[in-house]
Amino acid sequence: MFYLIFVGNPALFEIVALSLRVSCTALIFSTLVGIPLGVALGSNRFVGRRLLVTMLYTGMGLPPVVVGLFVYLLLSRSGPLGQLNLAYIPPLFTPAAMVAAQSIISLPLVAGFTMAAVMAVDPQLRLQMRALGATKVQSTLAVLREARAGVVVAVIAGFGSIISEVGAVMIVGGNIEHRTRVLTTAIVLETRKGNFDLAITLGVVLLGLAFIANGAMLYLQGRTIEE
Amino acid sequence: MSEFVYQLREVAQAYATRSVLQVENLDILQGEIFALVGPSGAGKSTLLRLLNFLEAPSRGTIRFQDTEFSPGQNIPLALRRRVTTVFQRPVLLNRSVWDNVSYGLRLRGQRDADALVRLTLQQVGLQELASQRARSLSGGEAQRVALARAMVLQPDVLLLDEPTANLDPYNVGLIEEIVRELNRENGTTLVLVTHNVFQARRMADRVALLLEGRVIEVADVESFFNTPCDPRTGAFVRGEMVY
Repeated sequence: MFYLIFVGNPALFEIVALSLRVSCTALIFSTLVGIPLGVALGSNRFVGRRLLVTMLYTGMGLPPVVVGLFVYLLLSRSGPLGQLNLAYIPPLFTPAAMVAAQSIISLPLVAGFTMAAVMAVDPQLRLQMRALGATKVQSTLAVLREARAGVVVAVIAGFGSIISEVGAVMIVGGNIEHRTRVLTTAIVLETRKGNFDLAITLGVVLLGLAFIANGAMLYLQGRTIEE
Repeated sequence: MSEFVYQLREVAQAYATRSVLQVENLDILQGEIFALVGPSGAGKSTLLRLLNFLEAPSRGTIRFQDTEFSPGQNIPLALRRRVTTVFQRPVLLNRSVWDNVSYGLRLRGQRDADALVRLTLQQVGLQELASQRARSLSGGEAQRVALARAMVLQPDVLLLDEPTANLDPYNVGLIEEIVRELNRENGTTLVLVTHNVFQARRMADRVALLLEGRVIEVADVESFFNTPCDPRTGAFVRGEMVY
């Protein structure tokens, strides 16, 4: 039955493709910012670090719906960013706005878990690499490489937090057919309409995607541990 | 080139308000084995970090070969790379022995130095373990990997921070022989930090006693152990409390 629905329903492909596009783009952004941030917080001591770490931990538990509300207020036409009307500020009810919200949700997770992984590396390693002639960047990369199993977990956690969230994408995306409808918002809609077959199929597809993505990253993690 | 590899003048190091090192005058000669002895907390490891330019002194000047450095002055990377340290507790990368030994060479962009890595592994007796995970080695083998990754860089100065403190007599003897050979064959200057006076006596050309961050006495090995000038040196050599 699922197979028939999947094959016979081109809208499903569209929804799956948009879900992956939005979540993967958000994950790339949060990884690009979150890993360097986690490394910086995990390997440096500076004034205000404790406050930043506390904010990061708070961010790790942010309810997506609150993030959605925050991004909505920022991007709405009367909001501080929306009223600027700049080309690179995404308007509401677009995939770009959904990417912005999901990036905010996953960033603290990627940064926080990366920080924990870096802090677990022997602090003497950096000194010993420096003694071998490493520059600061080279010794940081050595530490990051030693922490790679934990960094993979950080990316997995970041992806898991956004592929399955519904609150933020519903608020900033609006669940518009052919434009911003993703798996989670489609499941909500189909359930409300009483289309349980389609809702269950969408749920299975979502679970399958999460399973495949996590399995792939766990495979990578396993390899890094075995290396 | 100067006969001195290091000349320290009025060098002091303090962390926050705590002074840990005050060296008025210390010279280390090119090609010698120089031992720094003293009890724990005397400032020996701090002095090694200064000599490796891993941290800058609070005040004073360090002249390395023909270049003088003052606090706050930028140390050129190429110059810093002429010195390396083997630490008491080796922290190895979670990779193979070969990767660990070649790490410093890769940092320097030398990617075609397989023969040198192979030769160094032979010198430390680890050629059979080249592909083994470094984290699976015994303490003595791990320390030899740490020594090999330093030796392969062919530094002008090798700093040894109690490299045999946690090892069994067999590995102590092995490592002492390897570094002695390095000094003899390559002319590498060795600065050995140890609290083992017997090791200092076996290894060193000259010995310095460091107490509470100050150099108490520097002398050639015979004078240091047989006719020390300072009574505290005599007491330390005899194993008496000198704090």
